Amino acid sequence: MIVDLVFQLLQMTLVIAVAPLLTGVVRATKARLTRRRGPPLVQPYRDLVRLARKEAIVADSASWLFRFVPYLVFAATWVAAALVPTFATGLLFSWSADLIVIIALLGAARFFLALAGLDVGTSFGGLGSSREALFGALAEPAMIVIVFSLALIAGSTQLSTVAAYMASGVAGLRVTLGMALVALIIVALAENGRIPVDNPATHLELTMVHEAMILEYSGRHLAVIELAAMLKLALYISLIICVFVPWGLAIADASVADRIFGAIAYVVKLLAAGVALGVFETSIAKMRVFRVPDFVGAALMLGFLGALLLFVSRTLK
Amino acid sequence: MSAEALCLAGDAALLSLAVAGALLSRRPFAGTLVYGGSLVVSALLLVVAIDALLFGARGEPLVLPLGLPWIGAHFRTDAMSAFFLVVVNLGATAASLYGLGYGRAEHDPERVLPFFPAFLAGMNLVLVADDAYAFLLSWEFMSLASWALVMAHHREGQNTRAGYVYLLMASFGTLALLLAFALLARPAGSYAFDAMRAAGPPPGVAGLAFLLALIGAGSKAGIVPLHVWLPLAHPAAPSHVSALMSGVMTKVAVYGFVRIVFDLAGPASWWWSVPVLTVGAGSALLGVIYALMQHDLKRLLAYHTVENIGIIYIGLGLALGFKVFGMPAAASLALTAGLLHVFNHSLFKSLLFFGAGAVLSATGERDMERLGGLIHTMPGTAFFFLVGCVAISALPPFNGFVSEWLTFQAILLSPAFPSWVLKILAPAVGAMLALSAALAAACFCKAFGITFLGRPRTEAVSRAREADRLALAAMAILATLCLLVGVLPGLAIDALTQAAQIAVGAHMPTQSSIAWLSIAPVAESRSSYNGLLVFLFIALSASLAASFIHRFASAALRRAPAWDCGFPDPSPATQYSAVSFAQPIRRVFGSVAFVVEERIDMPRPGEMRPAHLDLKLSDRIWNVFYMPLILIVERAAVQFNRLQFLSIRQYLSVVFGALVILLVVLASWP
Repeated sequence: MIVDLVFQLLQMTLVIAVAPLLTGVVRATKARLTRRRGPPLVQPYRDLVRLARKEAIVADSASWLFRFVPYLVFAATWVAAALVPTFATGLLFSWSADLIVIIALLGAARFFLALAGLDVGTSFGGLGSSREALFGALAEPAMIVIVFSLALIAGSTQLSTVAAYMASGVAGLRVTLGMALVALIIVALAENGRIPVDNPATHLELTMVHEAMILEYSGRHLAVIELAAMLKLALYISLIICVFVPWGLAIADASVADRIFGAIAYVVKLLAAGVALGVFETSIAKMRVFRVPDFVGAALMLGFLGALLLFVSRTLK
Repeated sequence: MSAEALCLAGDAALLSLAVAGALLSRRPFAGTLVYGGSLVVSALLLVVAIDALLFGARGEPLVLPLGLPWIGAHFRTDAMSAFFLVVVNLGATAASLYGLGYGRAEHDPERVLPFFPAFLAGMNLVLVADDAYAFLLSWEFMSLASWALVMAHHREGQNTRAGYVYLLMASFGTLALLLAFALLARPAGSYAFDAMRAAGPPPGVAGLAFLLALIGAGSKAGIVPLHVWLPLAHPAAPSHVSALMSGVMTKVAVYGFVRIVFDLAGPASWWWSVPVLTVGAGSALLGVIYALMQHDLKRLLAYHTVENIGIIYIGLGLALGFKVFGMPAAASLALTAGLLHVFNHSLFKSLLFFGAGAVLSATGERDMERLGGLIHTMPGTAFFFLVGCVAISALPPFNGFVSEWLTFQAILLSPAFPSWVLKILAPAVGAMLALSAALAAACFCKAFGITFLGRPRTEAVSRAREADRLALAAMAILATLCLLVGVLPGLAIDALTQAAQIAVGAHMPTQSSIAWLSIAPVAESRSSYNGLLVFLFIALSASLAASFIHRFASAALRRAPAWDCGFPDPSPATQYSAVSFAQPIRRVFGSVAFVVEERIDMPRPGEMRPAHLDLKLSDRIWNVFYMPLILIVERAAVQFNRLQFLSIRQYLSVVFGALVILLVVLASWP
């Protein structure tokens, strides 16, 4: 029990510790590919510390909700990240919520962040919230239908069980899994505001979504929101890793050595995914806002087709 | 005394309150008397209902010498009706409490006070009725009482039209139910439910009765395409009555459907679940798209009821399918999901209507485009409304999430259906449910964000006063229940076992015995959820993060004007409005439900006239189903109008002809 608790806490610390590094890796990759030297890998940590030490400036028209939301968004994202098996399955709290809950927790974070965008009463905040609401309304159902596929293949919606099943290699190659992977990547790009859906580096008003929503934030509030955003990126990549690339994942009751090996393998895979994301973002252009529904809608349809295939193929066996 | 007798005594007390309300409505104490009396009676009935639900109440039917001669009226409560009695009386208690304060501002008390307790009595009577006659009589009584409440402010805006459409749709629904009961009563030879249950009609008749029940109860519940009256009528009534109509009366309609289809109509056929699932998914998706396009706060809430009814029907449809194909465990899961959503929706929809009512009485506005910033002036209302919004958007750890989660779990069991139609329909329904849940979050982000956040858009709104204490207390009770059911879902599920047993002959495994108060609908390895732990985790990590940063980094705070990219505009009109918030979603999904006509008039550079955006939305279903019907009725009316101008000779010959035809029909009747 104590050991389990220690590993659960280790997992929560690990995701929060590597999340800024992941963002640093993505930025460094993009800088190198565009022939810039770019900031050092630890720059995101420095940014967070710098922001957290500054005084927070809050708009006159902001309500209590504005100051409350950053912590809530962070907490919801962190709890969701704690439920994803990063280096070991069957962690202490993994049974307290399944994959649908993880999606709903991220939905709750988005809901409150969108409210914070509306709170000050500026046009940019509303713009960001409104677009985020649209993207979320498409990405969330896409995610749910992907969960349908995974749950039907693994016979469970518990992410820990799904990951253990995938790691055991019984699933093999399936068309549905391929569709689910593509859909999941599209959803992950949209949910994290990456190119081609949103540009995390921009401050041009017409192109930004996430940045517009959090425009009024500063100081420690902004630091917490930035950390939550980094955590969310790490979460989605961890999710893809644990389902589709579960090699090295320590299955429940594994030895301590296995778990340490699992942690190392996880960090390596995560950073490799960060490099891949950097390459992908450099090689593609940002879409117009109203092309995004088609893009994310494609994920919804792919996920749905994959699920339908499974529903129907159950009788053919 | 038995539960039935207690319920009837309560209904009698409510009816006498209605009479007292009619006689004394002009007196200053009348409001306190009627709402206070309703509060006491509803609270007592709630206790009786909870007792009947938890400890079983399958008493002997109570026959009263009312109604048809020598037949009498039968009354009985079983666990199913006890569950719905809990829903009705919990809503009624909260609405009465709210009405104690809110009703004081009523300018026409004589148009509300007599009908409020009568409406409560009508809903209670429907639930305890045990024969078709008593059921239909109470049903119609409930409809008429609520119609009177819809017409309470008949001079305002479109309320007369709302009342007219409501009356037509209610009569149509009752007609369909009447025919359904007639079909069921014929093989039974009696109107009593016991006889119908025992007789078990032949499959064809049962199927027809099922369709009629779907239409009849569905028109009251507001399923698409029979929803057209609902967004007109529910907002027209005073807000505590809107809460009852949207949160509670639609559930009485669901009860009618469950009672007929799961209990009285005998063994179901597999195809029954196809129309139920289709209208359920359609209502869920179209309901939320309709709601998203509204900027009248109460109408938005009313439209959103259509979505929730859809979710309930999805649960019921799956339960029907599982029951037919002999999967009792899955059937009980789907039914429990539906019933739990019935309860949850009654909680948060009443809460939201109370909040909208508080806003309406504080500002005189229902139009969100003229509200804003109310979180500063009405902090209590804003907080409880936010709780309602989070709960209805199905976000953890509140109650709405639990019932949708259970519905998803039921959908995940549907590959086991042997029928191809259902096998393909189920994942489609699941995807539509997921889409509507995500759109619901967008919808309530807009509802709360535009109404309560930002800056006040009019002068009157900036001077709004907080709601009175009783109204806040009513909202606080419902908000607390939303959280409690969300964090302790196992207890709520266990309370539904008896009701599920009646409808599908099985119930979910006992949840409260699972460690840590988790819920696991099928098996723990398959899926489990622990609302309490999730809630505690979020609370703990949020406070941990906050205290860590305040302790080790900075706690300094400065208030300053908004930044807004360097160009802040002091005019509140520059904020995002409800229409502009929904614009991207309208562009993507709007044309599914609406014919959208958008006209932009943009002056050329240099011209000084203002730009204009004209937006016209018209409901496709109204255009496709109802407009032709209205045209046909009008044409027919013009034709029949000639009959008004006949001579006396012609009238006599018409009477003679009718008599001959009737005699011929009678003579040739087998």
